[in-house]
Parts: sequence; structure tokens; C-alpha cells
Amino acid sequence: MTLQLTVSPDFSPDHIAGWYVFNTWLQRQLGVRIHLELYDDFDSQRRAIAADQIDLIYANPYDAAMLVREKGFIAVAAPADRPDEAVIAVQADSPIQCVEDFQPGVRVAVTRDPDVNLIGMIMLEPADLKRDNVVQQQVSSYVLVAKHLLLGRADCGFFLKEAFDDLSGPTRRQLRPLVTSQISVVRHVLMAGPRMREHLPALTERLMGMHTNVTDGGPRVLEALGLRAWERQEQEDTEFMIDLMDTLMR
Amino acid sequence: MTDKDVAVPAQSEPREHTLRHHDGRTRSVLVLDREVPYPEGKLIVSRTDPTGVITHANQAFVDMSGYTREELIGQPHHILRHPDMPAAAFKDLWDTLERGVAWQGYVKNLRKDGTYYWVFATAIPNVREGRVVGYTSVRRKPSATRVRECVDLYARMRAEELSA
Repeated sequence: MTLQLTVSPDFSPDHIAGWYVFNTWLQRQLGVRIHLELYDDFDSQRRAIAADQIDLIYANPYDAAMLVREKGFIAVAAPADRPDEAVIAVQADSPIQCVEDFQPGVRVAVTRDPDVNLIGMIMLEPADLKRDNVVQQQVSSYVLVAKHLLLGRADCGFFLKEAFDDLSGPTRRQLRPLVTSQISVVRHVLMAGPRMREHLPALTERLMGMHTNVTDGGPRVLEALGLRAWERQEQEDTEFMIDLMDTLMR
Repeated sequence: MTDKDVAVPAQSEPREHTLRHHDGRTRSVLVLDREVPYPEGKLIVSRTDPTGVITHANQAFVDMSGYTREELIGQPHHILRHPDMPAAAFKDLWDTLERGVAWQGYVKNLRKDGTYYWVFATAIPNVREGRVVGYTSVRRKPSATRVRECVDLYARMRAEELSA
């Protein structure tokens, strides 16, 4: 049987090759065949999950509740020191100095990244802004969010902090972060489905030692993914994150 | 929870209040009429056991409360109770949670130093294997418009409670 690995569609394009390298490494470690399937968007990935086609997923925290409670997934590991934080940014010379300066009708450039959009909207709440009184402009990447801002097509944009920091120097200098979330506990999680159960002990052991095991190439693979190390993610850690996301979705 | 103030003497700052909690315990608090702004971008997160005793506090909670983490863990969540908050708000919170439903509302919290901060709070039951094992409360920066509305509303509710 070939198992299927997938990655939250909001992963950085710089790391596409890294996920293929990781999959090769993983198959060698576990001695099983695993196919990496990358989806263009969250909707198509969720359809694959609903059809029980996914066995291992690097999941967006927004989808963690569905994976655990509806599909019986178990959290295995999370990247060390990589919380998902959101940035609301404006043009550097924008007259907007704080979120409360925004008025209803504000044009917001966003990607399809669900947890960043959720956190971004929460940071707009102090200005009495909600989905029904802002104009969301959805684009396919954070570079395009920046482009929308620089062209004056949007008044502010939501970024994953990591993506904002990765913008080119000239682009970043023309933008100004207005507010940055500091939540710390919301992060992507590697989760295993029911067909991965028999491989869980080996999977966990290999991932936890990945950053130190030079002989099997672990550190090099992590570097390709843009990660420092994996941390063990206990089920209760995930339940806590799910509870927290639940409060934010209301 | 059915916390209820028993006395609000008219005093100049700092005001001293005696809070009477639902379990019959009383606590004197000093209150300063000075607001501490909500920290930008942060969420204040805490968890309690099913009886409302704090079991987890994130750093933002520690920072905003003015207590140390050690002082918070093991204390009832009403350690943050501000005397301007109507008892009915907390009764509604606990009645709602005990029905297994999430509660949301605007809350004026008391810091250890007597100053206060406003939050928009969401509390949910933590259900594990079908059983409520505690509650999670997440507070975020509130809308100033809604806070102004609540100042008036809560003042009316408090006046009714004190005259009852």
C-alpha cells in the first residue's frame, strides 16, 4: 500500500523541493512507500481529506480540529520556534497609524491562508471591522498582497509574519507593519491519519532525532524545509490549540 | 458563579471595595480609576478546572494581571473580578458554560495594582472524551465603541443589583 503525504497549501514556494526531499527521507526511514501530493488550494486538499485519501499532513492549524475530531488524526510533531503569527501591513507612507484609524469599507488584501486571515480579522476588531464591512481582495500569494498594497489597490494586507519577513528588502521598505500578532501557540502541525498508526513510534522517533542525525541526512533535509527541528506535539497540545482556534472562530 | 459586591463606599481614589464571591468568601480590593491599554497583537489565554480554579496562564495573562504566574495558578478566576462588573454578567458566563455552550462578552478586569483593563472574552468548555475537564478563556483587544456601551450598561446593572 502506498501512503499519501500532503502539505498545507500555504507552505512557502521556496520549499517545494524540500518537501520532496523530506518524502524521500521519510520513505527510507520508515521502509514504506509514500506519495507526496501537493494541492493548489485548501478546498481541493479538504476534499481529499474528506475522501480519506490523506495519511500524513503538515496541517494548517485552522484544519486541525477537523482532522482530529472528524478524521481521527493524531498530532505527531510541530516545527520548533515557528509559530504562525500574522502581520497587518500598510504602505510605508500611509496616514494610518493604528488599526483604529481604519474605517468601514477598508480594502484588505489577503491570501487564502485561513489561520492568517482569521488572526488578521481579529486584529481589525478593535476598529469595529468584520468580514461584512471590509472589502477583501483575495490573491494567490503574499508577494501579490504586497503588490496590491504598493499599487494602492488595497489599504492594508494580511501577511504570515514569516512571509512578510521574507519579502525582498526594497518591497519591505515600502511597507510598514501596523500590528503583529504574538500568540505563540498557533502553529502548523504534522498529523498522522489512521493508516499511519503502525508507523507512529518509528515516525516520532526519527523526527525527534532528525536535527542531530547527520548520518541519515536529517539536518540537510530540515534545512531544505526551512525548519530548525521538529518538536514532539502531544495530543493535549493539539487539543489546546484546537480549543484556542475554536474561541477565535466565533 | 454568583459573585456579588456587598459594599461600594463612595471614596476618592484609591477606592476600597469588598467583594463577596459565590462561595461566601469576601475579599477587599483597592481600585484605581486608571486603564492599562490592551497589548497590541496579543491574546490573553487562561484555563481553569471545572470549578473555575486557574490551571494555566500564558505570559500575556501574567503581564496584564500584574500577578506572578505562581500567584495566579491555583487561584479562582475571580481574582480578576473588578467591582464595576455586574454579578449578572458572571452568572450568565457560568450558566452558559455549564450548558456546554461558548460565552462571549466584554469584561473589565482588575489588576493586582488596582488599575484595570478591558477585554473581549470568549470562554469555551474543554471537552475530552465527552467530559468537560475545564474551561479555556481567550481575551482579545476590544472595540472601544463596544466598551463605551458596556460602561453604561454595566453601571445600570450594578445600580440595580445594589438596590435590590
